[in-house]
Amino acid sequence: MDALLPQLFAGLSLGSVLLLAALGLALTFGQMGVINMAHGEFMMAGAYTAFVVQQLLPDAGVSLLVSLPLGFLVGGLLGLLLEVTLISRMYRRPLDTLLVTFGVSLVLQQAARDVFGAPNVDVRAPAWLSGAVPLLGMDVPRTRLFILALAVAAVLALSMVLKVTPLGRRIRATVQNRDLAETSGVSTRATDRLTFFVGSGIAGVAGVALTLLGSIGPTLGTAYVVDAFLVVVVGGIGQLKGAVLAAVGLGILQAGFEYSTTASLAKVLLFVVIVAFLQLRPQGLVSVRTRSLA
Amino acid sequence: MTTHPLPVRASRGRALALSAGVLATALALSACGARAGAEAGAPSSSGGESCVDTSGDTIKIGFLNSLSGTMAISEQTVRDSLDLAAEEINAAGGVLGKQLEVVGEDGASEPTVFAEKAEKLISSDCVAAVFGGWTSSSRKAMLPVFEGHDALLFYPVQYEGLEASPNVFYTGATTNQQIIPGMDYLKEQGKTKVFLVGSDYVFPRTANKIINAYAEANGIEVVGEEYAPLGHTDFSTIVNKLKASGADAVFNTLNGDSNVAFFKEYKNVGLTPEAAPVVSVSVAEEEVGGIGVENVAGQLTAWNYYQTVDSPANAEFVAAFQAKYGADRPTSDPMEAAYTSLYLWKGMVEKAESFDVAAIQEAADGVSFDAPEGTVTVNGDNHHIAKTAYVGEIREDGLIYPVWQSDGPIEPDPFLEGYDWAEGLS
Repeated sequence: MDALLPQLFAGLSLGSVLLLAALGLALTFGQMGVINMAHGEFMMAGAYTAFVVQQLLPDAGVSLLVSLPLGFLVGGLLGLLLEVTLISRMYRRPLDTLLVTFGVSLVLQQAARDVFGAPNVDVRAPAWLSGAVPLLGMDVPRTRLFILALAVAAVLALSMVLKVTPLGRRIRATVQNRDLAETSGVSTRATDRLTFFVGSGIAGVAGVALTLLGSIGPTLGTAYVVDAFLVVVVGGIGQLKGAVLAAVGLGILQAGFEYSTTASLAKVLLFVVIVAFLQLRPQGLVSVRTRSLA
Repeated sequence: MTTHPLPVRASRGRALALSAGVLATALALSACGARAGAEAGAPSSSGGESCVDTSGDTIKIGFLNSLSGTMAISEQTVRDSLDLAAEEINAAGGVLGKQLEVVGEDGASEPTVFAEKAEKLISSDCVAAVFGGWTSSSRKAMLPVFEGHDALLFYPVQYEGLEASPNVFYTGATTNQQIIPGMDYLKEQGKTKVFLVGSDYVFPRTANKIINAYAEANGIEVVGEEYAPLGHTDFSTIVNKLKASGADAVFNTLNGDSNVAFFKEYKNVGLTPEAAPVVSVSVAEEEVGGIGVENVAGQLTAWNYYQTVDSPANAEFVAAFQAKYGADRPTSDPMEAAYTSLYLWKGMVEKAESFDVAAIQEAADGVSFDAPEGTVTVNGDNHHIAKTAYVGEIREDGLIYPVWQSDGPIEPDPFLEGYDWAEGLS
């Protein structure tokens, strides 16, 4: 069937979008156990960063490349601010964190509305990303290839950071056994803060990337945050690998369902599959085995 | 081994997963709740005497639009043009010598809030008429309130038709003034394969039912019909289906943000307005900027007003609006219909020489106004108005220019009784 290949790519591409949205969450929700409902608003902040940068640097290509690191910084700093002022006071109180961050997300949405106005804004895609390239007999939009590459790069970078840098070691140590890490001289407070910075920063990058695909408005984040949580829960809490597998799997499933049924029904089917899956494997695709889990 | 109780983290992890699940369910439920509430309708209010005070030299009217929530984007613009109309009418001496005193309320994008605020405007503020509403669910939620109190609502947005309440005046288009002219245009252009894409709720589904019947009667093939949930952000699959269908035109009833994702995808896979133009019925001047003009230039829309309509009344309207709100603010169809609705109410009151609801209903037939879109006339039977239909093309400057217009105003036909092929539609 000649629809198979384009749909496989559509699924992969959807998966890469989900992955970008969920990667930061995998870190903050998965590794730190903080339910941050404002994660989507950090993506929104990243998207508006791209908009502001483009106002200052009219060349779409340059502004995209500048926006990516800047979006990371903006998302990260917002996350840091949230961590220091609110979340740090409620570790181990997940339900309170959920409510507080939900409130923060509403405040951030309204702030965006006040600053940028209620209507959506537009970020132009650079010329080298417009149109499609022929690939294996199908026309693949360049923006989708770019986002795919960006997602791969983000995963690689994040896993390198976690594997080889001192920060990564400290994060993993804190996640696996907070008390032991602390007694071994790791400042878990500082680690928490940095983890949150990185996780929120990735949300900012995701926001910049999303400007290529969808609308840029105050409610941009809410469209993605639930899907992002799904990816993290299905993937298995606390594992990057799980998030990657879950994002790609859910993306391909969604695209497949959508092709054979309708977009609304596809969403329902996807939820059915997820619920059934979590019945069988409540810990998700990949589970963490640590001493403290025993 | 540590002496710390071991299962703590494990159970915490599960608690987190659980609470995320609970939250998602709560979100889904609250969305359903709002809809169910809307259908269950408003408080069962008994009729009773109107408390409108006509003794002073002011008369109260109510503006009810969403100034917060997802619909605020659109409805704020309607409120702005209503405010402009009230200001103009007051400056010109008011209605029957009385200055308008506006009571503004926020419908908060929630049908139930619309019903509550309508109740408040009618019973405690005692307004003579209410202007506002946007989504069909907000209108349906307010309907029992207005009918129960025998009060008046002026509703300014194009909608799916199949409704005619004596207590509502519909100043936006019904289906035979927007959707059918849009299809007429495609037929004239020799298009034979239409693909339908819309958001998954009442308006697109009703519109597409009509389009299917029209297509069958006019030798046009509907090669695909796809619905995306409201707020859908990924259109790669739908656009793949569209591309594979061989359609030579697309009829788009998507609402809100989904349009952005759809048009970006449409352009990115290499589809063009030359090969397969998209006719949209929910993309107006304000949305063009957000979608990005480079993504929609050359595409078509079907409306009853554009900022570029060439008439003295429109030149005045646009100038007044931009003088009040800024030269960068576009004017659009629902804004114009809202502006017109206030003037039509004024015309009805002056013809009836009374603010009384029954007298206004009596006098409504034939009241007309030289609106920015052209002359409009109220139909006393179904309370809709005769309007001119325009198909417009989105150009590089972000404005929409008429490329086709109907022969004069089209009489409103909300139940499509005048079309043979529409028989059996409900």
